[in-house]
Amino acid sequence: MLNVESATLDETLEQYDERRANLIPILQDIQANYSYLPEDLLRRVSRKLHVPLPDVYQVATFYRCFSLKPRGKHVVQVCLGTACHVRGGPKILDRVETETGTVGLGTSPDMEFVVETVRCLGCCGLAPVMKVDRDVYATLEQGKVKTVLNRYRRGKKKSGGKDADRG
Amino acid sequence: MVERLHHITDLEELERVAIHGRTSLYPERIKILVGTATCGRAAGADEVLEKVRDVVETKKLPYLVAETGCIGWCSQEPLLDIWVPGRPRVTYGRVKPKQVPDILAALPEAKTDLALAIMTGDDNPVTGRHADYCNGHGPKVDGLRSYAELPLFRRQLRIVMRNCGIIDPASLEEYAARAGYHALWKALWQMKPEDLVREVTDSGLRGRGGAGFPTGRKWQAVRDAKGDPKYVICNADEGDPGAYMDRGVLEGDPHSVIEGMIIGGYALGAHEGVIYVREEYPLAVARVNAAIEQAARADLLGDDILGSGFSFHISVSKGAGAFVCGEETALIASIEGRVGEPRPRPPYPAEKGLWGKPTCINNVETWATVPVIVARGSEWFASIGTAKSKGTKVFSLVGSVANTALIEVPMGTTLHDVVEEIGGGVPAGHQVKAVQTGGPSGGCIPAEMLDLPVDYESLNAAGSIMGSGGMIVMDDHTCMVDIAKYFLDFLQDESCGKCFSCRVGTQRMKEIVTKISEGRGTEQDLDLLEDVAWMTAETSLCGLGTSAPNPVLSTLRYFRDEYLAHIRDHKCPAKVCKELITYTIDQVICNGCGACVPLCNGNAIVGEKKKVYHIEAAKCTKCGACLETCNFAAVLVS
Repeated sequence: MLNVESATLDETLEQYDERRANLIPILQDIQANYSYLPEDLLRRVSRKLHVPLPDVYQVATFYRCFSLKPRGKHVVQVCLGTACHVRGGPKILDRVETETGTVGLGTSPDMEFVVETVRCLGCCGLAPVMKVDRDVYATLEQGKVKTVLNRYRRGKKKSGGKDADRG
Repeated sequence: MVERLHHITDLEELERVAIHGRTSLYPERIKILVGTATCGRAAGADEVLEKVRDVVETKKLPYLVAETGCIGWCSQEPLLDIWVPGRPRVTYGRVKPKQVPDILAALPEAKTDLALAIMTGDDNPVTGRHADYCNGHGPKVDGLRSYAELPLFRRQLRIVMRNCGIIDPASLEEYAARAGYHALWKALWQMKPEDLVREVTDSGLRGRGGAGFPTGRKWQAVRDAKGDPKYVICNADEGDPGAYMDRGVLEGDPHSVIEGMIIGGYALGAHEGVIYVREEYPLAVARVNAAIEQAARADLLGDDILGSGFSFHISVSKGAGAFVCGEETALIASIEGRVGEPRPRPPYPAEKGLWGKPTCINNVETWATVPVIVARGSEWFASIGTAKSKGTKVFSLVGSVANTALIEVPMGTTLHDVVEEIGGGVPAGHQVKAVQTGGPSGGCIPAEMLDLPVDYESLNAAGSIMGSGGMIVMDDHTCMVDIAKYFLDFLQDESCGKCFSCRVGTQRMKEIVTKISEGRGTEQDLDLLEDVAWMTAETSLCGLGTSAPNPVLSTLRYFRDEYLAHIRDHKCPAKVCKELITYTIDQVICNGCGACVPLCNGNAIVGEKKKVYHIEAAKCTKCGACLETCNFAAVLVS
């Protein structure tokens, strides 16, 4: 999700016409490129689509996938779906928080990670799971969390890991 | 593949594409298939595929390497299948890249010591025909059971998942080779729109998204509604935690949904469709987009489809992470670029939906079923299932069960058969306590009621719902108070906040259950909990609020003892609720290996290597890591 080749906002906006229905896709693109929704960009989106700023703000704060604050370099999403919950997902989350040094959810002090929970990644058969950037890690144990996170700290990725949305 | 596609303008051309598809679906050379849906990839399918390609290329082997969707055998991911013409297809499970060279070196023989099972043929519900891989008399593979004999598969009937794990989801040709888009041709050329609505009505198909509303009645309402244009929407905002059948279908067989939607558009007089899919499923989004593009290039989407004069277009809308958007009016608001808050019904979307126009919203499974009903007829479909619940349903069988799997069974199959036979029961040493169905809107069905047939009415009567098909098996290590707390936490977070009763009701219920889970509850709290639960259900607008109390009410109904144990004895019988348990190390068993020490979240484990360790209770965060790592069962929970 992060550090995609950063298209400028102009390019992003040019792909869309001025219909209100494009608000969420545009915000999704900005979120993907900048890892959050900067205020000045929200103002520009508001002018482009002729949607009042409070409405843009309402949408930006309603949906879980948007953030108004800059986020850490790597997105760690711990799945808390039911299957993960009964197979120890909350313990994995605690462990991730300890390892990254975040207090609860959010960005770690070193800006390396942002810790989030996700409702279900749909890999319930392999619970508990977590996703770091685009890599999904299955059948986790607390003891494995540190090893996984360290790969990203050193700038490495899962061996042979591919973009999850390569289709 | 796309470049080779012809413009499919008539049946003859469609047949030609189907024949072409057969050359890769059932090639005359060895074919190697890797299941690369999201779950397979999480288990390492990408690495396996890379290794296969690597070996095939370096050794210049004349094999066809292909990707496929999820056959549903989740516990054995990543899956590798090898098909030698004239022989059964051999399935290898939990494949590691380093095993690949050995498996390929043995060809055309199977590495039976590594293989899981054999598939001797496949059934196609669209045509009713069976494709035999070994001409009925092919060699048996020593020691391997066939899919038809395996408990996991023998009870299954795959209508929705007919192509998952069989075809390459990126190949329109292979979809056509499985009689794909043939139902569309039949609909456009041999049936009138009103015939189609009648077929769907007569089939008894009910919405697979959760509530089970008769699909035919919905279609009729949209058809009768005044307003132009009309829209069809595919609800792929699969939000129920523990359910991933929609992802399975979209990743494994995206064209089946597209074909269903085009047929729906023709039946209802709509020319535009929208697939609303969760952003959390990037691979599903990518595969659906690719399939739409292919279909459009082949003229199966666009103007004058199959020379019939009918036009239809599909676009994709990505969800932005809000559970409530699975509710149809909230989903429509989200497509329109607004916050996903439900609105009162009526007017139903059938009258005033997307952009205020008549709109038909059906779930992924529902759309994927439509082509089969059109191809085989309503009578055939209605012969499957129970009196009021027709056809099959896909379930994600997860949690504490030996075979975690995505399965499709006829309606009316009992929970017992699903859990014990298909799922292989809970792992040894555990006992089934409950089966949770219907996600956060559903309930927990206790082990005593496993004889319950799975259909809409039976599940409702038991205090749960069918929902989208998540089935989470819980054993004696699951605390039902904790589960109630879990769902309340989910619901209070996902409540859109529009209705006071839902917003505050879920919060208050969570507070009460939290208090009980921490051993601070009273018996009066249980009465209060029931009061708040009924209030929330009675006075909320949409399905999220009206069903929010189900997890609480069903656990109270069947597991009141557990609530009372927390309240009266300050004990959590399942040893889950942190406030009521303590971790200790058995001073006799502990051999001082020290494996637990570096994992301790609170640095609470003290002692000396090769002697004995103990836990300082004041520092213990109860993370349980010591219990997970100890190989000698020296960590005790009480």
